[in-house]
Amino acid sequence: MLSLKSIRIALRETPLIELSADVGPGDILTVMGASGSGKSTLLAMIGGYLDPAFSASGEIWLDGQEITGLAAARRQVGILFQDPLLFPHLSVGQNLLFAVPQQEKGRALRQKLAEGALRDAGLEGYFDRDPATLSGGQQARVALMRVLLSKPKALLLDEPFSKLDTALRDQIRSFVFAEARLRKLPIVMVTHDENDAAAAGGQTISL
Amino acid sequence: MNRTVRQFAIAATTALSLAAFSTSSALAENPDPANWDGVKEQARGQTVYWNAWGGSTRINDYIKWVGDTVSSRYGVKLEHVKLDDTAKAVATVVAEKTAGKDEGGRIDLIWINGENFAAMKRQNLLFAPGWADKLPNWALVDVENKPTITTDFTIATDGLESPWGGAKLVFFHDSNRTKELPDSIAGLLEWAKKYPGRFSYPAPPDFIGSTFLKQALSELIDDPKKLLQPVDESRFEADVAPLLAYLDDLHPLMWRKGQAFPKNYPDMRRKLADNELDIVFAFNPGEASSAIANQELPDSVRSFTFSGGTLGNTHFVAIPYNASAKAGALIVANFLLSPEAQARKQDPNFWGDPTVLNVTKLSADDRKTFEAIDLGIATLPPEKLGPMLPEPHPTWMASLEKVWLRRFGVAN
Amino acid sequence: MLRFGPVLAIALLTGPIFCGLIAVVLPAFGYLPAIGGHEFSLQPFADLFARPGLLRSCLISLGSGLITTAISLSVVALFIAGWSGTRTFTRLQHVISPLLSVPHAAAAFGLAFLIAPSGWLVRLVSPELTGITRPPDVLIPNDPYGLSLTLGLVVKEIPFLMLVALAALPQVQPRRSTYVASSLGYGKTAGFLFAVWPRIYRQIRLAVYAVISYASSVVDVAIILGPERPSSLAVRLVGWMDDPDLALRFEASAGALLQLGVTLATLVIWFGLERLAGWIMRTQVIAGRRFSKDAPVRALGLGLSSLAAFSVFAGLFILALWSVAGFWAFPDALPQALALKSWQRSLPSIGGPFQTTIVIGVVATLLAVAITLICLERESRIGRDGGSRALLLVYIPLIVPQASFLFGLQFFFLTIGLDASYVGLVLVHLIFVLPYVFLSLSDPWRAFDPRYANLARSLGSSENRIFWRIRLPILLRAILAAAAVGFAVSIGQYLPTILIGAGRLPTITTEAVALASGGDRRVIGVYAFVQMVLPFLGFLIAVIVPAILFRNRRNLWASS
Repeated sequence: MLSLKSIRIALRETPLIELSADVGPGDILTVMGASGSGKSTLLAMIGGYLDPAFSASGEIWLDGQEITGLAAARRQVGILFQDPLLFPHLSVGQNLLFAVPQQEKGRALRQKLAEGALRDAGLEGYFDRDPATLSGGQQARVALMRVLLSKPKALLLDEPFSKLDTALRDQIRSFVFAEARLRKLPIVMVTHDENDAAAAGGQTISL
Repeated sequence: MNRTVRQFAIAATTALSLAAFSTSSALAENPDPANWDGVKEQARGQTVYWNAWGGSTRINDYIKWVGDTVSSRYGVKLEHVKLDDTAKAVATVVAEKTAGKDEGGRIDLIWINGENFAAMKRQNLLFAPGWADKLPNWALVDVENKPTITTDFTIATDGLESPWGGAKLVFFHDSNRTKELPDSIAGLLEWAKKYPGRFSYPAPPDFIGSTFLKQALSELIDDPKKLLQPVDESRFEADVAPLLAYLDDLHPLMWRKGQAFPKNYPDMRRKLADNELDIVFAFNPGEASSAIANQELPDSVRSFTFSGGTLGNTHFVAIPYNASAKAGALIVANFLLSPEAQARKQDPNFWGDPTVLNVTKLSADDRKTFEAIDLGIATLPPEKLGPMLPEPHPTWMASLEKVWLRRFGVAN
Repeated sequence: MLRFGPVLAIALLTGPIFCGLIAVVLPAFGYLPAIGGHEFSLQPFADLFARPGLLRSCLISLGSGLITTAISLSVVALFIAGWSGTRTFTRLQHVISPLLSVPHAAAAFGLAFLIAPSGWLVRLVSPELTGITRPPDVLIPNDPYGLSLTLGLVVKEIPFLMLVALAALPQVQPRRSTYVASSLGYGKTAGFLFAVWPRIYRQIRLAVYAVISYASSVVDVAIILGPERPSSLAVRLVGWMDDPDLALRFEASAGALLQLGVTLATLVIWFGLERLAGWIMRTQVIAGRRFSKDAPVRALGLGLSSLAAFSVFAGLFILALWSVAGFWAFPDALPQALALKSWQRSLPSIGGPFQTTIVIGVVATLLAVAITLICLERESRIGRDGGSRALLLVYIPLIVPQASFLFGLQFFFLTIGLDASYVGLVLVHLIFVLPYVFLSLSDPWRAFDPRYANLARSLGSSENRIFWRIRLPILLRAILAAAAVGFAVSIGQYLPTILIGAGRLPTITTEAVALASGGDRRVIGVYAFVQMVLPFLGFLIAVIVPAILFRNRRNLWASS
């Protein structure tokens, strides 16, 4: 359960966002708005890397714990951007290993987790590939598996499908939603695409 | 000025003034050349910083060879600090003395002669008492026939510097190009009128340039004996008036109409090779032959001197009073006087500089080595080098340079 | 710990300059107790102004500073305006970029070997075309007006300003503005100059001031190509500082302040020229003149840039040729024979300086890269850059003329026992290496997509892990490139090396310049060639290492 309580974000006295919402496990909160409306700023605040130029107030609670003041690395909130942002200097498998929590010790175990994720994404045998050689859809799937491997307690989606072409978009969207629901993750998605909102089916807030 | 800045300024000035008060501990024991084994022992492991003119690749190579040899034989490491003007080494020692740095100085050995030696001797900047005549190889030195070994520019050396080579002013030309040659300073002006733009000399204070001025003055002054005495300020202007008049006539007939000058001897040599100059000169009779051996000059270059005589002198090494490695410096000075080092120095393939040794005092083997040296096609045999004019008192050089710079230092 | 980074950088950049200036100002007004100056006086200035030809020395410095900058900047502006976006532009850009790494001294030697009356250009056409067998009796280089000096500076400053301007180009989005201008009927050159250039100029202004300062106070290039009777002010300063007569130090310090004044005056005149150029441009814009037929101007821009590049390359080629030449008589266009003798003879003595050059260069570069990384990483973590004031600070060592503060710094180092030591030499090199490393690295660092870091954070990575595992490897190419720039800058340093090294720590550069006074052309060829090759090797490493490490990572070496 992700709770946003009286969130308020302002840029030099100009208020951008004011909202309160609860997102249950497996539910999707869709935030709609034109570009420049501050949608991504909301995700930055939840994720914990808000630019110091912005001022923010309110509380964020995740699974009964307040995370407002925590460093980004300790919030356990995963994010997907519109670009897959696979680290270009690592192989596909190393990208996944990078995300496996440190608590999972032992080379063999970590390797197994990463390979399992690749299998789930239908990319078996891609471990040593250069991410630059993957298609857009494949990269998007690796990016999702990478986030999920880090065992987040919530997921943020920043216009995650806008750069994919239409045919691929539906396919990836259902893949992401299905995997997130399977893990009972609360999701906050910002988008300007009505289709995303319709497919998410949950609460929608327009800015 | 805010407070921090002011504090900083005070700290900085304090640090600067401290230089005047740096105290020195008890002086380290100086080596005694009479106890040569002791010197050798003390020298092992020392690094000798030798400040020597570095403008000639061939000479630098020779010094490098000296360094390699003393390093393997005596365990003395030699570092050649290349200078463009020996006066800078003198300046360093002066600065150290002023700052109270009476030991652990930065210079251990200086290639020196003339006014720099005179200046250091006058200001007590040299390792004393005299040590050169106590070196083991001193016995081979030709003190009998070469007066310039004990009298450096009219100043007695007193063993404060050790000789390692001779010098004599010699002119070079390309025999394929230049057939007509002058035989005196006056003849040179006549020659330049016939062949304008084909002669020049390095601008003083380059020492070859200053040597040319001294040669000219020696021939033009009313009474050459005046040059053996220090400059008499009251008569100086009258004494050099003929020289300045001569230069006023000569400059418009020179290379670049006297608006620019070669930088030093190697620059003149390059201009002879490039056919920019027809007559150049050096302070070393073997120079042309080594330049030919080195493919720096064509093999048609030959030497000549003036029948009335040209300047000659000896060059030395000296040790500053505050040198850090005096024993090592003594080892190097003595090695420079060895038949081996002197023979290599006389060989135009390496340097081509006349020896300071008396070859008749050497062992039969060493004598043979010297006799076997091919002096080279462009080197005049000793009997054809002409008479040797003595170097003027060092004050003349300083005054000549000053008057030259005042008169010709800024082109018009 | 990171927060000490900027403090350290500022201290390193401004501290030595401040100390150096103080140790120049005090003796300039007669105060230097260590050599007997106990009272303040104006005598040093009186002595200085009594020097023959002083005004001319100042005018040479001022003139070469102004003219060098004006010509280099005009050529760069004309070339970018006339050709940006074309294939010719990209091609010439690739030719000119490597020239930045050629040390000034090597380029100057090359030029001297090219344009001297006995140089290669005359040899090439003689005696067949000219009929001469003797070099013409004209005073080049070292001409009294400093034209050869200016030429030598121009060919090196064009690549510098070109690269700085190219870096600023994308930020002003030239394509849109030039489309608009050409749709209004403006010629390509005029459209660019009116619509885009003013914005580029605003961004590269500090670099232009650095060129002015450098050109008005340079020592090594002026020794090789500059006038001699009298020399430019900076060269004469070095002579006075070296004089055996310590009392000359007072006068020399006054001279160092005068050098600061001359450079300031050059900058002030330049500010005036900036206004004038702005006014001229405005009147043209108001008049609406289209300059649509600009083919000759475009040809001029291309011609001059190519000529600059050509002369440096040709000069370097001649240097290399001399280094392997046997006897080479005038007017032969080629040496009679090729020989490795010069190399064989030089190699034993080149070893020590070579080692010093490498050690100083590598250590100074490593320190500069580390300090730069600390500053930039701190910036990334606290989420803001130092702003324009920090940039100005970085430029200070490049704008304050070296000759004005290094003498003081030398004396300062002498009193604290840092002269002629590796530590002192590394410190003084760092002053000049750090700004270039910072300027080269900050742009790619700041352009790095911050979402990668945010993503890594959301995956649970600490800031340190993000630095070592994400930023460092992805930016490795940019870091190595910046290091190569820093290394090249270190190799090119002449005055700091000769002053702080006190002649006891010679480098390839000081040895090469020492040979300038008439040394054998073959040996100069060897030294200048080595001097030129070293920075090139640095850049080679900067290209090869990432290419090998990331040979299977297309996006890392195909991009940027």
